[in-house]
Amino acid sequence: MISFNARGAWSIYQRELMRAMRTAFQSILSPVLTTSLYFVVFGSVIGGRMEPIDGVDYGAFIIPGLLMLTLLGETTNNSSFGIYMPRFTGTIYELLSAPVGVTETLLGFVGAAATKGLILAAIILGTATLFVDYTIVHPFAAIGYIMLVTASFSLFGFILGIWADSFEKLGIIPLLILTPLTFLGGTFYSIDDLPGIWSTLAFANPIAFLVSGLRWTFYGISDVSIWVSLGLTFGFLAFCVGVIAYIFKTGWRLRE
Amino acid sequence: MSEPILQIEGLTKVYSGGTKALDGVDLEIRKGEIFALLGPNGAGKTTLIAAVCGLVRPTGGTITAFGHDLATDWRRARARIGLVPQELSTDMFETVFRAVSYSRGLFGLAPDKARIEEVLRSLSLWEKKDSQIRELSGGMKRRVLIAKALAHEPDLLFLDEPTAGVDVELRKGMWEQIGALRQRGTTIILTTHYIEEAELMADRVGIIRGGRILMVDDKDSIMQRMGTTEALIALAEPLNELPESIAAFPVTLSEDGCELCYRGGNGQGEGSAEVAALTKALIAAGIDYRTIDVRDSSLEDIFVDLVSEHEEEAA
Repeated sequence: MISFNARGAWSIYQRELMRAMRTAFQSILSPVLTTSLYFVVFGSVIGGRMEPIDGVDYGAFIIPGLLMLTLLGETTNNSSFGIYMPRFTGTIYELLSAPVGVTETLLGFVGAAATKGLILAAIILGTATLFVDYTIVHPFAAIGYIMLVTASFSLFGFILGIWADSFEKLGIIPLLILTPLTFLGGTFYSIDDLPGIWSTLAFANPIAFLVSGLRWTFYGISDVSIWVSLGLTFGFLAFCVGVIAYIFKTGWRLRE
Repeated sequence: MSEPILQIEGLTKVYSGGTKALDGVDLEIRKGEIFALLGPNGAGKTTLIAAVCGLVRPTGGTITAFGHDLATDWRRARARIGLVPQELSTDMFETVFRAVSYSRGLFGLAPDKARIEEVLRSLSLWEKKDSQIRELSGGMKRRVLIAKALAHEPDLLFLDEPTAGVDVELRKGMWEQIGALRQRGTTIILTTHYIEEAELMADRVGIIRGGRILMVDDKDSIMQRMGTTEALIALAEPLNELPESIAAFPVTLSEDGCELCYRGGNGQGEGSAEVAALTKALIAAGIDYRTIDVRDSSLEDIFVDLVSEHEEEAA
């Protein structure tokens, strides 16, 4: 009894990475450019007039948030495109007719997304060293957390890519929900510093927990306990896995 | 009679919009044969293939391939099935070689460059192995799809309209390739609009319409059972009455007595032989004729007859 097609999963993984390599110039240059702009504007120009937050220089303080901003956007877009395009062009027939199930498909797609996420993170952090001095307090925790977040959001993107039936829908969630929530999620400030009710309201934003979690791995400071952030991220991951398992079970938007 | 490689029982498919694409299809495919599925547009050909290949979830019925139930043991069954879809859907930016290698891996086989080379060469694609698929012509793209479907060495291959939109020259090449696959022992199920194609390639023919299989039989016996020869003989002088030696043939005389029409035979040459005998009998009876026009009915005529009969029934 064949219960798992490892070669199938590996093939999907390789192909997804290849797809990114084809547009390597864009996938590398664009985050480098965006991050540099943020560091020039917020880190150097404005940051120079800011007080350190919790003992961390403002320029360094915004690194985890900026990293999160790019990672969430890129991972979600990448993964939603990865599954939407085959549906759009019809090449999905091959995946559906192959002896691969939900496990192989997800390992392939999500594994590739997590790999791309790590590469992207390395590029952004490398770029940041040109503008700001910083040291990462818990480097392994940072790597692990980045992988966890990219895996979760590539699953989320996967769901989006299956849900979307037009390019407009494909772009709308990252644009209208993810980006604003990340901006408001404590990327540029500590949530504790928000006045009165706002600091409470800010925690209605799940992304605030992600930014706070990543910041803890960087500098050991956070708005909420790292365990809360971890729990929330794992919860989101489990939720996405559940939704995708349900999609494959019912064939929703995949198999009529 | 060889063992069945694919068994379909009571297969139905009702799409969410309410369209009943398949309505209780029973079908058995034998090992090593070429089976042609004929039917007008919207008859359910593609849905039938899609249901077997896992693109569509059946509403009811069972599909068993190589003894594996497709609902439960689909991994093992699918690993041995290849599909060439009707639409030219390919990853436009991928190179031919990589696209075909990917297909092999997806179906769980270890990389094998020699095997991929063999497939590409057999489809005259080897020179294009490093080209992006978007640079290829339509006929080549179609062959890339075939190469992808063959990359995992399937025992059962579905070809959904393999020669649709392919010019005559390429179509002949495609037929040769299908013949070569059969030589290697691959069982092939193809759907087609070109009845000529079924006539040329298939061992058995199934006719589908409105989601039902109207008839399945050996192509030869369909031709034998339903095929006819028609001969129109223009007489030199009008006849009032047929002599007995002529009336023994399945012939009718036109009203003006100028034309004799023969309709008989079995689509297997019996008709032409009978027409030859008829002409001798005419000469023996002293009846002269000016022209003879003989025509064998094709699978196409049979198909059109069958389908329109059912249309009348349904009406």
